[in-house]
Amino acid sequence: MTNIEHMAPRRIVPSKAIGRTLLYIALIAGCAVMLLPFVWMISSSLKTESDVFTFPIQWIPSVPRWKNYQLIWEKVPLLNGFKNSAILTVCTMVLQITTSSLAAYAFAKLEFRGRNFLFLAYVTTIAIPWQVYMVPQYIMMASWHLTDSLTGIVIMHAFTAFGVFMMRQFYMGIPNELLEAARIDGMSEAGIWIRIMVPLSKPAVATLAITSFVFEWNDFMGPRIYLSSTSKQTLQLVLRLFNTQYSSNYAQMMAAATVALIPVFIMFVFLQRYFVQGVATSGLKG
Amino acid sequence: MNGIEKKRRPGSRLHLKRELTAYMFIAPNFIGYMVLTFVPILLSFLYSTFDWNLGVNKVFTGIANFRYMFLEDLDFWKVVWNTFYYTIGTVPVCLILSLLLAMLMNQKLRGKVFFRSVFFFPYVASLVAVAVVWMALFNPDKGPVNEMLMSLGVKNPPRWAGSAEWAMPTIIGLTIWKQAGYYMVVYLAALQGVPSELYEAARMDGANAFQRFLHVTWPMVTPTTFFVTMMLIIGTFKSYDIMYVTTQGGPGVATKVLAYHIYNNAFVYMKYGYASALSVFLFAVVLIVTLIQFRGEKRFTNYL
Repeated sequence: MTNIEHMAPRRIVPSKAIGRTLLYIALIAGCAVMLLPFVWMISSSLKTESDVFTFPIQWIPSVPRWKNYQLIWEKVPLLNGFKNSAILTVCTMVLQITTSSLAAYAFAKLEFRGRNFLFLAYVTTIAIPWQVYMVPQYIMMASWHLTDSLTGIVIMHAFTAFGVFMMRQFYMGIPNELLEAARIDGMSEAGIWIRIMVPLSKPAVATLAITSFVFEWNDFMGPRIYLSSTSKQTLQLVLRLFNTQYSSNYAQMMAAATVALIPVFIMFVFLQRYFVQGVATSGLKG
Repeated sequence: MNGIEKKRRPGSRLHLKRELTAYMFIAPNFIGYMVLTFVPILLSFLYSTFDWNLGVNKVFTGIANFRYMFLEDLDFWKVVWNTFYYTIGTVPVCLILSLLLAMLMNQKLRGKVFFRSVFFFPYVASLVAVAVVWMALFNPDKGPVNEMLMSLGVKNPPRWAGSAEWAMPTIIGLTIWKQAGYYMVVYLAALQGVPSELYEAARMDGANAFQRFLHVTWPMVTPTTFFVTMMLIIGTFKSYDIMYVTTQGGPGVATKVLAYHIYNNAFVYMKYGYASALSVFLFAVVLIVTLIQFRGEKRFTNYL
């Protein structure tokens, strides 16, 4: 934060007041652009199909049609989609956090041959997009019969370089003296990890958890390529069904989109500082 | 970095045991990462030399796939052009917009957390959900955007995703809308690291707001600008999910991009060999962008 404002005398200068007003106008206009699509989505989800596209837009429907929110569950396997997405998200999250945290501890605090080389290998491959290796990876997974299975996707996403990198950066900040003291007391490395490192790294764990939650919950192409059975479809795939089979029904489509956004929205409202932290960390130089 | 390195002699029993423990710690992630990421990356180079259709008939053909890609595949150059178009349309606007937003947000503000959340939310919202909403808003026949344009007197408003000329700009708009908040947060972290004394010194010297931006803010955030540019370029080069959920690459091939071409060749036409060759091309592009970023960063950030 800049401290310029503190230094200025507290008297309100007219030109400054104009500047502040313009600043707020710009920000509010920006907010409108960001929010209006969501407002339109919610508003349309409460209309009858014939009212969705009436113009001028009726932002608050005169008679909200809550029935849309009931019908969507009957029309497409939405509940099953929720279930599958939840399984995928929770399993991936747990595996990512555990394996990343273990590896990060070794990279940050233990000595072994090839440490710097291996860490460099992680860092240099972090920027390689999935699209570069998705084809051989798919062939490999298919040969192990892990396509069209949720397990396959969990395994595919469980081991991340980003997680290791992020957790390591955090662990580097934990003083070595703390660990040395525990070692002198006879604590094993596993004990140090579980009793000292993990409890101390709650903010980093939360950040990684959020990052992985958002990625997995919203992921579309992974499930699209891997999952073919209807019973295994995730929420994002089910959402697409409105686009094809029921393309005429925009009101229900918007209701389903709203429902799909709710879990992320709730997480975001309560844990938004971890979201922001995750971005800021990924933007920092290693 | 190597705080505890000197204390133990290598080769001792204790040292070996400690090394073994360390390997145990990295093993789960490392083995998984090796098998599922490292090996496939190497395999895509190998597979790019195969003629391998419909999952059978794996035949080594050397550089035939690349010759086909550059010389015979009529879609390839269109797809590359579309990818460049998408990148050139997205990166500068997204960069300027996110820096601008970050600078607005870096003032003393009421409701800063609220504004930040609003700008950031589209980034965490599901792409499928927001794409559905955008396609409805920009529906050429009955969407609110065109209704509004018509009520403002525009006779023939653009047909957005329905027309070859406007489909890509529509997708670029959606991309910028969805991602600007993310890069705003990246920039905000950088701006907060600029020492306020620099601004004060500039003020003392009589620098106006624009001069302060040009001589303090911009040079100080250059490393971030390089980073954001690289992230955006790689991001646009690898995207195809956004086209998949909006236009399916159409109309015609107007929004078919490189990664979409890889997807189609691999998972629709089952040409694994050719798809791998396209992947190698994508890898080369990403590598070049990364190298330029590294070099540029060294060259332009000499104040450190």
